[in-house]
Amino acid sequence: MNQRDQCKLQTTKRIGLRFFAVSMLAIIVSCSDYEQTVTTFNELVIQDEFETNGEPNTAIWGYDIGTGTNGWGNNELQYYTNRKENVTVQNGYLLITARKESFEGSSYTSARLLTKGKFEQAYGRYEARIKLPWGQGIWPAFWMLGADIDTNPWPGAGEIDIMEFRGQDPNIVLGTVHGPGYSAGESISKSYTLKNDRFDTGFHVFGIEWAPDYVNFYVDDVLYNQITPADVPGEWVFNKPFYILINLAVGGSFVGSPNDETVFPQTMLVDYVRVYK
Amino acid sequence: MKSIKIISVRIALLGFISIILSNCERNLSGDVDFAKFPSNPQVFIDGFSGGLEYFPFGGSKLDAFTVDTDIRYAGTASMRFDVPNVGDPAGAFAGAIFPDNGGRDLSGYDALTFWARATQAATINEIGFGNDFGDNKFMVTLNNMPISTAWTKYTIPLPDPSRLVEEKGMFWYAEGPENGNGYSFWIDELKFERLGTVAQPRPAIFAGQDEVIETFIGTTINITGLTQTFNLESGLNQTVSAAPAYFTFKSSDVDVARVSENGVISIVGEGTAEITAVLSGVRAQGSLTINSLGDFVPAPTPTRNPVNVISVFSDAYTNIPVDFYNGFFAPFQTTLGGADLDIGGDKIIKYTQLNFVATEFKNPTINVSQMTHFHVDIQIQESIDPGDFITIELGDFGPNAAFGGGDDSSGRVTFTNTALTRNNWISLDIPLAQFGLTSRNNLAQIFFISDATISTLLVDNMYFYK
Repeated sequence: MNQRDQCKLQTTKRIGLRFFAVSMLAIIVSCSDYEQTVTTFNELVIQDEFETNGEPNTAIWGYDIGTGTNGWGNNELQYYTNRKENVTVQNGYLLITARKESFEGSSYTSARLLTKGKFEQAYGRYEARIKLPWGQGIWPAFWMLGADIDTNPWPGAGEIDIMEFRGQDPNIVLGTVHGPGYSAGESISKSYTLKNDRFDTGFHVFGIEWAPDYVNFYVDDVLYNQITPADVPGEWVFNKPFYILINLAVGGSFVGSPNDETVFPQTMLVDYVRVYK
Repeated sequence: MKSIKIISVRIALLGFISIILSNCERNLSGDVDFAKFPSNPQVFIDGFSGGLEYFPFGGSKLDAFTVDTDIRYAGTASMRFDVPNVGDPAGAFAGAIFPDNGGRDLSGYDALTFWARATQAATINEIGFGNDFGDNKFMVTLNNMPISTAWTKYTIPLPDPSRLVEEKGMFWYAEGPENGNGYSFWIDELKFERLGTVAQPRPAIFAGQDEVIETFIGTTINITGLTQTFNLESGLNQTVSAAPAYFTFKSSDVDVARVSENGVISIVGEGTAEITAVLSGVRAQGSLTINSLGDFVPAPTPTRNPVNVISVFSDAYTNIPVDFYNGFFAPFQTTLGGADLDIGGDKIIKYTQLNFVATEFKNPTINVSQMTHFHVDIQIQESIDPGDFITIELGDFGPNAAFGGGDDSSGRVTFTNTALTRNNWISLDIPLAQFGLTSRNNLAQIFFISDATISTLLVDNMYFYK
C-alpha cells in the first residue's frame, strides 16, 4: 500500500449522520502531493441496522438462490439459500454463514442478499460495517451491480466492488470497478492493507462515495482510492441506478478452493448498511 | 491518577431529612507500579541482547553455534549453526538454549520472529522458546520447520502472551543431520514482535481427538498432543507445541479423575470423567473420556529366583529386549493395544478387539532350551461364553535365527471356556513340552489367539522358567 494514497477524510461526516442535513457540500481533502474534490453525501436514504432478530427486512433484501451459471460466473462452489442456517439476524447483526455440507449437489452452502428491485440508486455514499470471515477459499463481498443488468448484460451494466476479501489474505481488501472493456482480469482495482491488524478480528467500515465523475473507496477513515472516467479504458457506466449485494462465496476463480485447513462454518457479521445521497 | 476513588454515592431521603450516605473504599493506588521485568524484545539482532546467554545441550556439538559476520540477513552479524555429520565425534546433533536468566516480560508481544536460511533445504527438528533448563513451564516448540537456501521470515506465535510476564527462555533449537549429513543454517533479526495479525486461536489437546480409555484407580495419564494454532498474516495456519501450563484443564468429575497444572491425569475413583481444556478463553479441541473400573487388583507378584527365569514382560524381573508387544500384522489382525497400561507403576499389557496378536523378540532370539515352563498371567474382563478360548502359541525361528528359511517351528496350547474365569487373574504355567517345538534355541514369538471369541485381554508376567 502506498502510504501517500491514504488520505484521512478530514470531515465530520463519518460521525453517524442520521439527522437531516444540508444538501450537497463540497469539501477538500488535502494530501501531501495531490488534492481530491470530494462531494459529501449526508442525507440518509436507507439504512439497515439489523435490530430485528430473524429474517432480514424483506422490504430491503432479496436473495439469489442456487448456483447461478458456472457458479455465478466465477466457478464458485457454494449453493446459495435463504435458510436461517445461512442467513439470519441475531443480536444486532446480519449473519451470513458459509457451511460445508452436501446440499442440492453442492458441497457448501451460503447466502447472497441483494436489493435488486427494492432499492436502487445512482450516486451517493454506501457503507457497511462488517467483521469478515477467514481462511483459504473464503470470499465475502459488499458490492453493487447496474440495475439494468437484465437488459444490459455484465459487464455492460457495470459493477462496483466496494469490498472484496480473500480469506487467505486476512489483512487485505480490494475495491474495484468493472465495465465494458475493463472487466474481470482487466478491471480497475486497488487493494488496501491493514497494518498490524486484520479484517477478521474486528469490525471495519467499508464504503464508497460515488458521484457522476468519480468513485472514492474508503476503509474506516482512510480514503485509499479514487477512480474517475479518465481511469477506465472504456465507457463510464456509473451514471445510472445500481443495487447492493452482500454475499459470502466459497471457492471460485478469485480465491481458489478451500483446503483441509479451512475452518467451517465461517460467518460474515454485518453491523449495518447505510446509504446516503 | 487518583489515589482514592469514591465507589458509590447513594442518596436517601427520609421524611424531611435528606441524608447523604457515601461509601468510600480504598482502591489500588494509582501511584503503585508493580515491579515488571524488562520487556526488551530483541534476542539477537547483531549480537547477544542484554542478559542473553548460550548453553548447548549435553551430547550436542558444543561449538555448533557461532556469530557470523559474513552471511547475514541484515545489519552486521547473524547466528550461524553448524549441524554435525552422523558420527561426528564432537557431537551427534546441534542444539542449545539461549536464556535471559533475569527474566523478561513478553506479554506485550504475540510472536517470536526471525529470518533464516540454510546451505540446503532441510527440516529443523525443533525450534522455539521457553526452554530455560528449569521447569520449561511455558515452552513452545515449532516442530519440523522447513528451511531453504533463501532468506525467509518465520513466525512462532505466542500461545498466550499474558502468561509470559517473567520468561527466561528466549530461544532454543535442536537439529540433527539430514540423511546422515551435516549442514549449516543461519538465523538473524531474532526478536519478539507485536504483529497484530496473529489471530483465530485454535488450541488442541490429544491432537484434537476425542479419545476414550478404560482404566483403574491409581493410573496416571499424561495429556499429550498439546498444541496452539494461529492463522498468520500470510494465511498460513501455524501450529506450535505448547507446554501444559498454557492450558487450564478440567475434569467433569474430580472424584474420578483430577488433572495437575502440568497436564497429568490421576485416576482417583470409579466412574466416568471427561477431561477438557481451555487456553486463553478458547476451548481446546480434543478430550479424554475416562471410564475408571475402580480398584485394580494386580497380578500375583512372581517369586521365582531370577537366576531360573528368562523374562519377556514383568516388573519383577529384568526383561529381555522385545521388539514389540503388538505387531499389528496386516491385513487380518484386528487387535489394538499393547504395553500401554501403567497402574501405579505396575505395567500391564492390554489388548482390545483381540483376534490374534504377537509379541516378538528376535534381536536377539532367546534360548529357552534349559527352561521347563512358560508362565503368564491373563485377565479377561468380559463374560465367558461356550466356545470362547485363548490359545497361546510359541514361535521359534530355528538355526538361522530369522523368520522363514524352512527351519521355523511353532506350537500352541489352548484353554477353553471351562478353564477361564472373568475379572480375575488366571495364572498359567505351561510345560514347554506341550508346545511340541522342534527347537527352543531361537524362540522369538509369543502369540495370543482368540479368533475374536474374547475381545479384551490383560497380560502380565510373561516369562520362561525352570
